[in-house]
Amino acid sequence: MKILLITEQRDAQWNKVSFETLAAAQQIVQQTKGTLTGVVIGKGISALAADLVAYRLDEVLTVEHDLLEKYTPDAYALALRQVIESTKPGLVLFPHTYQVRDFAPKLAASLDKGMIGDCIGYRYENSKLIFVRQMFQGRTSADVVFTGDAPWIASFQASAFRADLAAKHSGGTAPVKSVRVELRPEQIRTKPLDLFREAKQAVDLTQAPILVSVGRGIKAPENIPLAEKLAKLMGGEICASRPICDEGWLPMDRQIGSSGQTVAPKLYLALGISGAIQHVVGMKGARTIAAINKDQNAPIFEVADYGVVGDLFEIVPALIEELEKPK
Amino acid sequence: MKIAVCVKQVPAKDAPLAILESGAWIRESDIGFETNEPDTFALEEALRLKEKHGGEVVAISMGPERSKQTIKEALAKGADRGIHVSDANFFKLDPLGSARSLAAAIQSENFDLILTGLQSDDQGFGQTGVLLAELLGRPHATIIMAIEVVENHMKLKRELEAGWFQHVELPLPAVLSIQSGINKPRYATLKGIMAAKKKEIATVDRATLNVPDAPTQKVERIYMPQKTKKTEFITGQPKEIAAKLVEKLRHEARVL
Repeated sequence: MKILLITEQRDAQWNKVSFETLAAAQQIVQQTKGTLTGVVIGKGISALAADLVAYRLDEVLTVEHDLLEKYTPDAYALALRQVIESTKPGLVLFPHTYQVRDFAPKLAASLDKGMIGDCIGYRYENSKLIFVRQMFQGRTSADVVFTGDAPWIASFQASAFRADLAAKHSGGTAPVKSVRVELRPEQIRTKPLDLFREAKQAVDLTQAPILVSVGRGIKAPENIPLAEKLAKLMGGEICASRPICDEGWLPMDRQIGSSGQTVAPKLYLALGISGAIQHVVGMKGARTIAAINKDQNAPIFEVADYGVVGDLFEIVPALIEELEKPK
Repeated sequence: MKIAVCVKQVPAKDAPLAILESGAWIRESDIGFETNEPDTFALEEALRLKEKHGGEVVAISMGPERSKQTIKEALAKGADRGIHVSDANFFKLDPLGSARSLAAAIQSENFDLILTGLQSDDQGFGQTGVLLAELLGRPHATIIMAIEVVENHMKLKRELEAGWFQHVELPLPAVLSIQSGINKPRYATLKGIMAAKKKEIATVDRATLNVPDAPTQKVERIYMPQKTKKTEFITGQPKEIAAKLVEKLRHEARVL
């Protein structure tokens, strides 16, 4: 199977999920005895192409154009459509980033194809490629297969594969080719403006050794101090899943997950967090994960080392009492 | 402004999920349904835009008969009318088939703006808005955190990853996927619920839309996820649990 891996960069900086998807693509190529072409798209990307050729790929394509300097869904979809039409791959793989979810379905539809997005893995069984994705916010998995003709278009969720397992090229480097694409300014309807961050991060959660994290199960803002007290006793910081910060119960800079911070503390204690994938990608690197949740089927227990099925309003006060005892 | 908002009915968040023996879908008979939470933010944004700029908000939902309830809730919150694209086997559609059906059902309405939520809490494809834009030939933007309409274009705030944002400008008509948390969705008032009873819901049978729906993909099987880690469950009375958990974190995991 001929695979096209579309990498992602911004201002000549890699989106590192690209290398996780590279690891997946290398694995699929090996199993299907295919070829792998890496694509770098943007402007001023020659240094990135030079990074990529060091990996085990058959070739690297650079797609450069003035109109690709700043991302727009129109320019990216139009350019990549031309790349796909000229290279005729069997499978096109993307890292499932916010940018990819913004344009890849459009690109697929413009080719009259569907996309299997946000996959957490795949299986290759009896010469059949089966993509695994989550449904019901991680409460179930689903096996999904393509039913139409190539090209097939799919994306892999962040941290579904390990970037450090992406293999280096055995014979030095892969060849680089530049692909010309036709784009006209009037085809691009979006006007990209400034990139910015909001208020400075008041707290750097990535440095905290222990994190106590609260989710919907905390029920009301007046219950937050209970979790804060536990965090303090443990010598850690408090953080939360997205809905809690959306509600304003904790500031946005304490949000863990794909739209917030990614952390890897030595202990992550999840209180009343169901464990939707958007949250789990931000904390699954923790050395030890403990979770308290009333629903025994909550997906957080799939990544937890220690689990308690029960009422956090009974267990957290008991934990506080236990920790207040002299050792 | 003539605004369409796509709302989906999904299993309630706390509904116990059981999977059909065939693995094709979940058992729907014993569970409750609710409006997909991300769509409530899109509806709220549509209602606020109407309050500011005038016009009409139309709530569109595709699904079996029960999904009319989700339209009724939107009407009770202030949407002006509803369109129900009815299909009892809606769950079998792939993202492209769903979007093609919705596009066919609303094409003739010429909406200035179409809003969707970020993704559905059931299938979670997260593609409908982007696909609708492509199929209707409209520009789009996703993961929107603020909308400012200035004459015939919009200034938008998009969320990127890891705490970054970007401003973008987009001409109207357009399609936007709204990020959850952009606003605080309102509750329906009693007055709103009464008023909704007089509002129109047009029903379109999906089969009559003649949409090509040969799927591009197929869900072969839904199943409970396989565990990647072996979780040690701690049981007992709260005090016992607390003592055991602290003991394990201190002396087994050695993280406390």
